[in-house]
Amino acid sequence: MWDSIKKFASEFFVTGDPLIYGADVSIGLTMIAVVAALTYFKKWNWLWTEWLTTVDHKKIGIMYIIASILMLFRGGVDALLMRTQLAVPNMDFLSPEHYNAIFTTHGVIMILFMAMPFMFGLFNLVVPLQIGARDVAFPFLNSLSFWLFFMGAMLFNISFVIGGSPDAGWLSYPPLSEKMFSSGVGQDFYIWGIQISGIGSLMTGINFIVTILKMRAPGMKLMKMPMFSWSVLSSCITIILAFPILTITLALLFIDRYLGAHFFTLDGGGNPMMYINLIWMWGHPEVYIIVLPAFGVFSEIVATFSRKRLFGYKSMVFALMSISAFSFFTWAHHFFTMGSGADVNAFFALTTMAIAIPTGVKVFNWLFTMFRGKISFETPMLWAIAFIPCFVVGGMTGVLLSVAPADFQFHNSYFLIAHFHQVIIGGVVFGFFAGLYYWWPKVFGFTLNEKIGKWAFWFWNAGFYICFMPQYVLGLMGMTRRVNTYGWDTGWWELNFVSTIGAFLMGIGFLFQIWQILHSIKFMQKAPADPWNGRTLEWSIPSPAPMYNFATIPHVEERDAWWEEKQRRAQGEAPKPLPPLEPIHMPKNSGIPIIKSAFWFAAGFGLVFNWLWLAIPGFIGIALSMLAHSFNYDTDYYIPVDEIERTEAAAKGDAR
Amino acid sequence: MKKGIRRLSAAISFVFIMLFTAGCSDKFLVLDPKGSIGQQQLDLMIISTILCLVIIVPVLVLTFVIVWRYRQRPDRKAKYQPEWEHSTKLETIWWSVPIIIIVILAAITVRYTYALEPSKPIEHEAKPIVIQVTSLDWKWLFQYPEQGIATVNYVQFPEDVPVRFELTSDAPMNSFWIPQLGGQVYTMSGMAMTLHLIADEPGTYFGSGANFSGKDFAKMRFEAKATSQEEFDKWVSDIKGSSPALTMDGYKQLAKPGLSENVTYSAIPEGLFQQIVNKYQKSGSGHHHGSSGEAAGHEHGNAPDAAGTNQAATDQEHQMDHMNH
Amino acid sequence: MAHQQAHEGHHDLESLRLMGFWLFLITDCILFGTLFATYVVLHGNTNGGPTAQELFAMPGVIAETFILLTSSFTSGLAVLSMNQGNRKGLIGWLAVTALLGAYFITLEVTEFVHMVHEGATIGTSAFLSAFYTLVGTHGLHVSIGLCWMIALMIQLSKRGITSVTRRKVNVISLYWHFLDVVWIFVFTIVYLMGVM
Repeated sequence: MWDSIKKFASEFFVTGDPLIYGADVSIGLTMIAVVAALTYFKKWNWLWTEWLTTVDHKKIGIMYIIASILMLFRGGVDALLMRTQLAVPNMDFLSPEHYNAIFTTHGVIMILFMAMPFMFGLFNLVVPLQIGARDVAFPFLNSLSFWLFFMGAMLFNISFVIGGSPDAGWLSYPPLSEKMFSSGVGQDFYIWGIQISGIGSLMTGINFIVTILKMRAPGMKLMKMPMFSWSVLSSCITIILAFPILTITLALLFIDRYLGAHFFTLDGGGNPMMYINLIWMWGHPEVYIIVLPAFGVFSEIVATFSRKRLFGYKSMVFALMSISAFSFFTWAHHFFTMGSGADVNAFFALTTMAIAIPTGVKVFNWLFTMFRGKISFETPMLWAIAFIPCFVVGGMTGVLLSVAPADFQFHNSYFLIAHFHQVIIGGVVFGFFAGLYYWWPKVFGFTLNEKIGKWAFWFWNAGFYICFMPQYVLGLMGMTRRVNTYGWDTGWWELNFVSTIGAFLMGIGFLFQIWQILHSIKFMQKAPADPWNGRTLEWSIPSPAPMYNFATIPHVEERDAWWEEKQRRAQGEAPKPLPPLEPIHMPKNSGIPIIKSAFWFAAGFGLVFNWLWLAIPGFIGIALSMLAHSFNYDTDYYIPVDEIERTEAAAKGDAR
Repeated sequence: MKKGIRRLSAAISFVFIMLFTAGCSDKFLVLDPKGSIGQQQLDLMIISTILCLVIIVPVLVLTFVIVWRYRQRPDRKAKYQPEWEHSTKLETIWWSVPIIIIVILAAITVRYTYALEPSKPIEHEAKPIVIQVTSLDWKWLFQYPEQGIATVNYVQFPEDVPVRFELTSDAPMNSFWIPQLGGQVYTMSGMAMTLHLIADEPGTYFGSGANFSGKDFAKMRFEAKATSQEEFDKWVSDIKGSSPALTMDGYKQLAKPGLSENVTYSAIPEGLFQQIVNKYQKSGSGHHHGSSGEAAGHEHGNAPDAAGTNQAATDQEHQMDHMNH
Repeated sequence: MAHQQAHEGHHDLESLRLMGFWLFLITDCILFGTLFATYVVLHGNTNGGPTAQELFAMPGVIAETFILLTSSFTSGLAVLSMNQGNRKGLIGWLAVTALLGAYFITLEVTEFVHMVHEGATIGTSAFLSAFYTLVGTHGLHVSIGLCWMIALMIQLSKRGITSVTRRKVNVISLYWHFLDVVWIFVFTIVYLMGVM
């Protein structure tokens, strides 16, 4: 009995690596500390009623952001471990297996569990406020999306200490990811972690399309909508068209692994190339899914901090939409070297180049938004300005990669690594940071310390170039991605060493950001309603926004509605008389999303270990929670007028 | 701020200077090609880089100028036009300039895509030498069907003679790359892809597996040596005289996951390469073949009776459209 | 005043939900589209196992098709009854629809069991993997629809026809028609083209 328990434990828990034991201990201690603190301060009830069961888009947005920053930390630690291993030749810091696991989890976490939730967080925090709505279209579904993402992310992350991490690359190409070559549970963690959070992403896509199309304030025609909301719309359209492909692809891989089917196996007539096609049919749109909202963020910030209207609004909308459409026709440029023949390669080379055109036009429009403006350099604007040269160069190397015959030399090399990190860090991460800095006062009601923020900015930027510029060169020196070590004879070590220094500088930048937040919490500076002299509706309401957002729904007549309103007031025009307050219809909190997602976690965990005794109850639980929701007709309530009056008065008092 | 922009442009120009001045150094394999394929790919890289720079450099300069000129300060003289949001003329310019550049680049790319299609034989008076490459876990097996020898993790061929590499895999997909001779092509099970390369001068070139294939993928390096024809012939006869033969059992041992030294074999089992390819053919009930579910159109060339002849690896294999979507 | 606004609020909410459901159907279309694509790519890869001609028994499949088409018609009748305010008719037609759906599932499961007994399992060949997954996913959708329909019938009998239940009936009827259309594609691409 004891022996069998010991055997089970040695397979169940990841063992044998001091790094992992260290992580085990710190995870355990953190959890004990959190539980102890919640109990000591009697905060369990508060946590449950205010946060875990909330359907308020602002709180859900905050939870997304917190989760994504935690994931940025984990993905970043992965990155630093990799860079340490590569700093000098023949390094023995990580074993090949461990290194393979780490680059796999780094990729998955950064794209799916950092960039995606960060983006959803910004959607949630901003879109309803920007379009003058009281909430998203489906608040319950919104909460469910978050918890599915969260449970998926946890399921993926737990593989680190239980069972073993996936190690077949972030897109897990078969046949390597099939049972034949990856027999451990890591690959199943990969499938279920992404699958569960992917369902959440799909629902968020639907939710925000309906929100944007149906819930805009009266008078806000589509062509008067703020650019960030447009970018969210284009991103969400891409989500609902791309994510079902991912769902199916992962499901088929799981069926291969679990039921012995032959979709992507080497034997039995399977076709691994089909997986590579399918995963990139999702994967390529996915990179545009995350970068389009960043474009929206930049559009808002550049206009605000240039104190000028966004230049070429219609062009910008057209560019967003055409990027979203084109993104579905470029997938094969990820495998020009698969021998699809010159016709196919030429086609996909051309579509890939074509997508550079609207992207380039957007850059010109940002530049000419600043042209004849009055530019000031607060942290959000710094990130936006740093983005332009970074993204332009990254975009250029992207065009170089799209030249199919030349790609035969660039493919799978560090040139490619440098390219996509440049567009994803320089585009997406800079964009989301810029957005978070920009909307932070609105979300939390206090301002961030600018000085520490600028330190963080410069560390990130310097670190970025020092880390990734050498990698372009390494690619031209023949260094391929995913190698866990190299010899002295290759001549790669100097640049690798430089690159590692850059990575750590970015790590320091991240620490500055954390310090900035903690420092600003300690020396709390209340934020005014409109700290940046903003242009759109979210700046017309108090910071932080009251739970119902707008006491009275605004009526919109022009693009930068709040800016124009301020101009009119400055010219001495009296503000429009507000209609009388009315009771506000609000959705009730619900515990079903978190419970249902926990059942998904159980079902996923059960299937990973092939424990049907856990998986089946998990699925039954999911079904029951859906039924429970369907039978619940008591889902909303009204905020009475006197309570609105009290809240508004308090917010005004705060602002003074 | 200006410091920032200056730092950025300094970093960027530093990299480009590194790239283009250091091109002659032997470390920059891709920039130092030793064969006509690699040379043409480098030409194409340079052309496309210059075309891109035509637009990128003005944008970078413009960014700097605009940010500098329109920054907010007390004694500012630059114009401020908060309502200015549209100019058909300007927008036409920046829709059309990238379009023109991309059209030029596209035309060049398409021409080169057909010219450099890796399955296309290189025009040359010498008859190409055939080398059959199999990626294994985690080693490379090279078979010389005409010479009847085989090597592991080492490949040698005469200079100035086109080499026809036939690529397959008996393990997860990998990618065969000798940067100084030309670009890479995937090695995939169940099909034989063709890659034509040529070395213009003798030398030892770095080769590697470029696509992740599991635990010891990083060790899948090999040496590619181009020598004179005489030296090559002597090398072959040396192997014929001194090395053991590769047997079927020997191959099974070799194919097991693990690392391997450089090994040479004086003989290869009849039709081994074709057997490796056929092992994973996605055949139906035995009367049709195809590598990606496209059963029709591949009836010929892959049948087991063609084993042993190097033509067996059909040219169609790599031509097909994988998904036919 | 508040009451009237509440009523309008509900009405608005229901139209949002209908639109959300249409978007869900788009995602489901792509989901099935992907499965169809994999089936088309893999249908020739029989790995020496049974082929479509040897395997498919058309009479059963035609019966399934007929049953599902009829159920789509009866779900339409349910909506008609609802629009006439006839709760009993509505529940009755929904029950008929659900029964037909259950019969369809029974036939499909029988077909699968029969095939497995003949040695044609999901692991036999890529063709069969794609077949079971595509047809099975449709069957799973129908089964979920069945549970949902039963839940809805209970709600209807408790609450009658309100703006909420009305939207729910519209949505499930839309879903049911959608599954019908998918089945037409399954019938054509998998079965008809398989035996031809």
